[in-house]
Amino acid sequence: MATVRLRGRLKRLAGDRPAQLVEGDTVVELLQALEREHPAVRGWILDERGVIRRHINVFVNGELGEGRTRVGAEDRVDVLPAISGGCAP
Amino acid sequence: MTELLAGTRKGLFVLEGEPGGTFEVSRRAFAGETVEYAMRDPRSGRVLASVTSAFYGPKLWWTDDPAGDWEQASGVALPEGGDAALERIWVIAAGEADGVLYAGGDPGVLLESHDGGASWELNRGLWEHPSRDHWQPGGAGLCLHSIVTWPGEPDRLAVAISAAGMWLSDDRGATWRSGNEGLVAGYLPEDTPPDEIALCVHRVHRARTRPERLFLQFHGGVYRSDDAGESWTDIGAGLPSDFAFPLAVDPADPDSAYVIPLTADTDRVTPDGRVRVYETRDAGASWTARGDGLPQEHAYLTVLREAFAWAGEGERLELYFGATSGDLFGSADAGATWSAAATRLPPVLSVATG
Repeated sequence: MATVRLRGRLKRLAGDRPAQLVEGDTVVELLQALEREHPAVRGWILDERGVIRRHINVFVNGELGEGRTRVGAEDRVDVLPAISGGCAP
Repeated sequence: MTELLAGTRKGLFVLEGEPGGTFEVSRRAFAGETVEYAMRDPRSGRVLASVTSAFYGPKLWWTDDPAGDWEQASGVALPEGGDAALERIWVIAAGEADGVLYAGGDPGVLLESHDGGASWELNRGLWEHPSRDHWQPGGAGLCLHSIVTWPGEPDRLAVAISAAGMWLSDDRGATWRSGNEGLVAGYLPEDTPPDEIALCVHRVHRARTRPERLFLQFHGGVYRSDDAGESWTDIGAGLPSDFAFPLAVDPADPDSAYVIPLTADTDRVTPDGRVRVYETRDAGASWTARGDGLPQEHAYLTVLREAFAWAGEGERLELYFGATSGDLFGSADAGATWSAAATRLPPVLSVATG
């Protein structure tokens, strides 16, 4: 199980826990498992297609990843709002 | 006291004031987020808001007390595992049946709620329409922005999509047919087939006391239908421009309509730096400029399609519109005179009366 870390609204939607262990072999699988465990998260990180929303960044052990990035039991996954999403006037 | 719900680029602003006067901000919700549209269901008093987070996508929220907590509505999404995602919700409208609400969004979708807005489901008839593959988005996306119910007849419904034209249903949204006869798109070749649906409708309202009559602001032109949206007649002669977004009507007068022309699709500001609302009281045979009290010099405003609302009717018709400048104007005498209801708001995307 990888460790998923959330902040702010996402953290509150996911039981208000700063980190949790989640099952999955890829980033998307982890996020889908997170949705199953915390249905309130559904639609906030992944859209209906199962795609990570455009202005959400996912880092695997500090490096920017994508949905198909593979993860292992010792990995740490951070889900963060991207700076690109916050600049609309 | 009138309540205004102003959706802005930076949150929902609830304003209260006397018609014809200055309005005060009584509450702000969803600070920092884009609130596309908000409305108060007149039947239940519930307030619903469409919020598009740049990070987390589109959501619908509802509350029975705007000063309290908001609940996220469920089911506001396209089918999972498909190749499309919901981009935004443009508009929310009360249906004719008890507890029924509709929401229109991008990509050209209609959502329905049967419990006052707490949960929603996709209208499959429109989503699975065989012509959908040919629908083209307008500049703001493939937006379903106008939902026009028929007073007392919940089976009859009309919606408008930019740029996929008018759609009509007589079976509560189970099946849909286009209603575009007479609409002429200047951006298409003259020999375009009559069944072309790439039609950029900007806004539609129905005359409630004569429900077979609708008024339509097109990408180029203003139109009227007297046969429930089956066919359309150009009524734009006399306006300074054929381009605009919003439209309003006086519920007491089926011959009335109000538009706010912009210079052109290539210059989307009020013409000549003058802010003027144009009124017809003869179903579009003639138009009269209504600018008393509105800025008439160096005022280059953009008024978006959902940012024009009304309350009351007849001589006491209240009209309100907001601009992307953050100005919000009001009239308490059916457009004869105007004044600033609020200034220095964030860019106004929508206005609804509570």
